[in-house]
Amino acid sequence: MSKPPVNKLVLIAGGSTLVYAVLALLMGILPGIELSRTPPGAGVEPLTALQAEGRDVYVANGCSYCHTQQVRPLDQDKVFGRPSAPGDFAYATPELLGSERTGPDLTNIGARQPSAVWQFIHLYNPRAVVPESIMPAFDWLFDVVATAPAGATLVPLPDKFAPSPGVVVPTHQAEALVAYLASLKQTPLPASGHDGQTAKPGIAATATAATVDSPPDTDANDAVKGKALFAANCSACHQASGEGLPGAFPPLKGNAAVNAADPATHIRALLYGVQGVNVGGVVYPGSMPPFGAMLSDADIVAIINYERSSWGNHGTPVTAAAVAAERAKGK
Amino acid sequence: MMSAAIVARRTNLSESDDRVLASVFAAYTVTATLWLLFATAVGVLLAYKFGAPDFGHGAWLTFGRLRPIHTNATFYGWASLALVGTAYYVAARSSGTRLYSARLAWVGLALFNVAAVAGTVALDLGYNDGNLEYREWPWPIRLIFLAALVVTAWNLLATVARRSTQEIYLSNWYILGGVLWTCIVAIVAILPWYQYGLGQVSVSGFYMHNAVGMWFTPLALGIFYYALPKVLSRPIYSYALGVFAFWTNLVFYPIIGAHHFLFSPLPWWLQTLAIVFSVAMLVPVWGGSANFLLTMRGHMRELAHSYPLMFIFVGVVGYLVGSTQGTLEAFRSLQEVWHLTNFTVGHSHLTMYGFVTFAIWGGVYALLPLATGKAPSQVGLGLHFWMALVGSFIYVIALSIGGTVQGLDWIHGQPFIRSVIDMQPYYVWRGVGGSLMFLGHIVFAWNVWCMTHGRAGDGKPRVVLPGVAETGT
Repeated sequence: MSKPPVNKLVLIAGGSTLVYAVLALLMGILPGIELSRTPPGAGVEPLTALQAEGRDVYVANGCSYCHTQQVRPLDQDKVFGRPSAPGDFAYATPELLGSERTGPDLTNIGARQPSAVWQFIHLYNPRAVVPESIMPAFDWLFDVVATAPAGATLVPLPDKFAPSPGVVVPTHQAEALVAYLASLKQTPLPASGHDGQTAKPGIAATATAATVDSPPDTDANDAVKGKALFAANCSACHQASGEGLPGAFPPLKGNAAVNAADPATHIRALLYGVQGVNVGGVVYPGSMPPFGAMLSDADIVAIINYERSSWGNHGTPVTAAAVAAERAKGK
Repeated sequence: MMSAAIVARRTNLSESDDRVLASVFAAYTVTATLWLLFATAVGVLLAYKFGAPDFGHGAWLTFGRLRPIHTNATFYGWASLALVGTAYYVAARSSGTRLYSARLAWVGLALFNVAAVAGTVALDLGYNDGNLEYREWPWPIRLIFLAALVVTAWNLLATVARRSTQEIYLSNWYILGGVLWTCIVAIVAILPWYQYGLGQVSVSGFYMHNAVGMWFTPLALGIFYYALPKVLSRPIYSYALGVFAFWTNLVFYPIIGAHHFLFSPLPWWLQTLAIVFSVAMLVPVWGGSANFLLTMRGHMRELAHSYPLMFIFVGVVGYLVGSTQGTLEAFRSLQEVWHLTNFTVGHSHLTMYGFVTFAIWGGVYALLPLATGKAPSQVGLGLHFWMALVGSFIYVIALSIGGTVQGLDWIHGQPFIRSVIDMQPYYVWRGVGGSLMFLGHIVFAWNVWCMTHGRAGDGKPRVVLPGVAETGT
């Protein structure tokens, strides 16, 4: 039997492999080389050692299988921040853009949810703050101890989720992870109207996607809109019941500022955020993020009036003019 | 005349050559089946977690560690091992020769399995190489997988080089191409120098699609081109069309990867190029599918009498529908709704399951009994087929509808949690479909047992017409 010719094999296997190698170079390696050189955007900084450790925890536990870190230039993504820019990813190796949003995008979570206390409670058991959440509990990133050692952060869990006996304190891994989450903050783009300081009410109105489809302005529609906006922006801390979480987030139900005739404190809290507030004689050490840049005056009115008319509250309704006036005063 | 020639050359093969080939094919199939059982048991657990997030609690069972274990064990345990085992059989038989080296085949088997075990353990302990889809195993473990690929490529090349025919049968084009190209894919994925920040994003887009399309697709198509003519005892409809699909697939596929990152900060032209070539992919996909379907034309009646043929038929339809769906998903207007939703998960199961896995089953059921002389029962084949088909139907349809609901919730500006709540019924159906698929895999495992360790001559009489399949006309 004659030996088969080798050249046919060389042509098919070798030829196709050569073609593929060229394509891999053109479509895989060369774009990689070019894009790896993307310079960091203004204000984009490398992670600190602790934050980098936190990213390792994030990766080890596969957070990015459910959470993306890419904001698309689409209306529905505006709720997560401004569209991601190439310079945002200069120090983001490994890239954690992700491919699925079983949970929300985390690109800007450090700004959207700056409260470390909330992050700890949520990591320990997400359902303690978001009842409908299907995120796994990461309680093995925490220790249960009889009494918290000096200087340790105490995780103020609602009774239903708290261990008994003992108190919950984060491990170093949890501290690092929350430090990483806090570092996920978008920097303002140089020539953009999206950053908080320069946003005019009109622009902010188009820049927010937490806005629900705006139906004709009637009271009933306002209430529906207010409820949806509250669910999207506020209930993670203040809860759908308006009762907050004891020791962590203040109640809005029966809250003096919410029921006050002068709405200035209430409006300013939404526009500019709050730090270390005293509600009903209890001081809450956490901080509430400002929503002035994310939400339009109309949205803020809808939320405030929803809060002022729910859970037995009887605050007088506010108007867009009042919100605009507080906005004009500045922080 | 051709048959006579091949019968003649088959006499050059000793019985021990046949036994070696059969035991290699059987061993790859058996370990692959174990990986299938493991990977899909994990998959079912994951499916349940969407409805009951506290079910299966603690670090080692947390969703984010099991999710890459499921995908990697499916890809590199189940599909890779099963395809390579079948490829050895196809390459040796269609070349009318014996396997070049049984020893290399055993080394490859060991390396593939060592990599899969090590990768699984590493992921469960939290050693994940950056959550980068399909390349999560720490890179030293991926080097073991690469070594297995190189060994396999060498063995297959040398086997085809020994062929007793002038022509290299089409199946071997796809098989050899698949193993060789995938070596390149694996190397591109591992080297770090061009993978920083956005550079890594572009490599991820390239990698995750090429790992699928230059590995599973060509090997599965190679099996179609051999098993289909074998089962039908008639040549493939058009050899030339198969060659045309081979080259177009090779040129178009590597360019479409960036469609996984539409609307991302990757350069807009790169995304647009990916969309254009996603449309171009219709050429090899429809060409290939038409070739298989036209081969079956006029023989549809035989479908009812042959489960291997039914599996292959579903695999071909899965290839056609899944790939066409992939093209549609690449359009910006549709991505706007479906991207980042569960629709994508439905798509990946339609392709990896409806196409690749059904192709493997068709190949194994058609060919393994020829190699071992042992056949599974009709009942076993029927149970497996219908549970897998109905289960995957439920799974894919539930996630396609649910993913659309999710995407529309976002577009309508609903609070994010709304999309989580709205998915709940579809998550339940995913669990139902997944459970049914898993039960089907248990039956498959039983069938594999029958084909490898059962009593000889269990099944129906085998009709083997050597030669017709290999040479075509």
